[in-house]
Amino acid sequence: MSVLDILLTLPFWTAALRIATPLIFGVAGAVLCERAGVLNLGIEGIMTAGAMTGWLAVHLGAGLWGGVLAAALTGALLGLLLAGLTVTLGLSQHVSGLAVTLLATSAAYFGYRLALPGAETPPRIVPFAPLALPLLSDLPVLGPVLFRQTALTLLALGAIAGLALFLARTPLGLALRAVGENPAAVEAQGIDVHRLRAGAVVAGSALMALGGAFLTLSAFNAFFFEMVAGRGWICIALTVFAGWRPGKALLGAVLFGAFDAFQVRLQQVAGGAVPGQVFLMLPYLLSIAALLAGARNARAPKALMVPFIRGER
Amino acid sequence: MRDGYAGSASRRAILAGGGAALLGAALGGPARAAKARPVAVALVASVPIEQQWISRIHLALKAAEARGDVTYVYSENVANTDAERVIREYAEGRKDLIVGEAFGLERPARKIAGDYKATAFLMGSSFPQAAPNFSVFDNYIQDASYLTGIVAGKETRTNLIGMVGGYAIPEVNRLMQAFMAGAKSVNPDVRFLVSFINSWYDPPKAKETAFAMIERRADVLYAERFGVSDAAKERGVKAIGNVIDTAAQYPGTVIASALWNMQPTIDRAVGKVIDGSFAAENYGPWSHMDKGGCSLAPLDPRLVPQAVIDMVLAREAEIRSGAFPVAVNDAEPKSTA
Repeated sequence: MSVLDILLTLPFWTAALRIATPLIFGVAGAVLCERAGVLNLGIEGIMTAGAMTGWLAVHLGAGLWGGVLAAALTGALLGLLLAGLTVTLGLSQHVSGLAVTLLATSAAYFGYRLALPGAETPPRIVPFAPLALPLLSDLPVLGPVLFRQTALTLLALGAIAGLALFLARTPLGLALRAVGENPAAVEAQGIDVHRLRAGAVVAGSALMALGGAFLTLSAFNAFFFEMVAGRGWICIALTVFAGWRPGKALLGAVLFGAFDAFQVRLQQVAGGAVPGQVFLMLPYLLSIAALLAGARNARAPKALMVPFIRGER
Repeated sequence: MRDGYAGSASRRAILAGGGAALLGAALGGPARAAKARPVAVALVASVPIEQQWISRIHLALKAAEARGDVTYVYSENVANTDAERVIREYAEGRKDLIVGEAFGLERPARKIAGDYKATAFLMGSSFPQAAPNFSVFDNYIQDASYLTGIVAGKETRTNLIGMVGGYAIPEVNRLMQAFMAGAKSVNPDVRFLVSFINSWYDPPKAKETAFAMIERRADVLYAERFGVSDAAKERGVKAIGNVIDTAAQYPGTVIASALWNMQPTIDRAVGKVIDGSFAAENYGPWSHMDKGGCSLAPLDPRLVPQAVIDMVLAREAEIRSGAFPVAVNDAEPKSTA
């Protein structure tokens, strides 16, 4: 089995999109926050909290979509906290973001222990099943890769498409982009900069939490400690790679998913000759390379990480 | 630092109020006297207690607690960098027996044991014990893994077995190697796909890795991590359980499981603490099959042909009697396909 054989199989691309799904949610959320001028380093914790509450809600009988809603609400609440710290109080976005990650991660574990004391293994739920859409799922190539995924993968694709439309084509999207570039100008237009930024952080954090929920509601069927495993940080890097543009963000996420799916398969082909750690490094190495190539001309939002304090020039 | 330890040691001795303890401390020997039940035990775990490996130790300690032999507390998810502090806190808190993992902190763990000679230490380690109070244990369950290998070797139709592991460390490698040896013993044509995901807890990643193996026509999966059996269930192939019994969660998918039983190890250590005879010892053999330290989950005749079950039982009897020793091989297993 050669490298080309791996890349040309349909299951490979299905796996790539599946692995990419939590990243698509996460990077969509990160792009939304950062285009409004707020770096959201709470992402890793928000994903963990979303994974926990989404799964717990389903376990308690809320249904799968109830779980998705619970995760989004959790993310929104944590986003509200981060917005309070970074937007209203204008504190350091690095410190606040990492604080939210630590808080949300620990709170998720604590909540899990409180909700299920003495559980030997976490109870399983029935996760989202792969779709079987009439006609669409039977299309050649696109059918298996796109339409036999779970509903959350399609939701992720919809979310990033919606984000692209929102940023590029709506007045609110324009205002949001402007607030990340020149908040004073937005203020002069009579738009409330703080409310706009806070809204972006809340909505972005809700998207990030959905990325976490995908792990427990779709990719797997139970919540485990540490299962987000750095996926949030990948999204932060992908945002830079994408030059803060939703389309390229989607590309970056799928590319990373493909690298990971490729790594897994290559390890089995060449695992006898090369240490396994080399393969595990591969997605990250390739991502760094892609970052170097792709981010050279990227232009960050001008007011990213600059707190806006009303009346100050 | 040294003064601090000396100070705390004498303070503990005074608190104990026993001349014998003081004399023992002065002689530097293990000042062990018989202790009244229940003795105080603490577990320090580097992972959450749900993790397969640590859950077996937790379960054995819970059983000892239920019998009234021990009072039991634990700290889970303790980073290796923080474990020394936590272990010292338990030692300062006059625990009689501290159970934990020395893998990531071999030197500090042995130093702590030297600083608290009145406390018994039972630590997971691939290295030897250290006198007077540092005993070691490990999951030497290669006997049971070998038997599950026989089931897998007979079950596979494609002669391709997929194996997903966490980290390539001795505790994982030796079970994989024994499993592979068992499979090869009944099916010389069998080949293996081996992958490590470098995480104890990333079920989605373990599942993706398993999917990739199934795509290459592996029809039996060795489920070292959570997530592998889920992939097997979704794609209708078989899985072999490891350390814990998950057959109830994956009926019809998990056809055999090698179980680690920590009761013999824990019960022996606790008993020795109670009767005052605890000494540095290698508890590894107490995970062997002849000591009851590991076992094969009952095979279901609806899932495994009776002829295979008979073959496994015959081999099991040989292992128990000592006629067939299973080799311990800690080398990293490699894909052979």
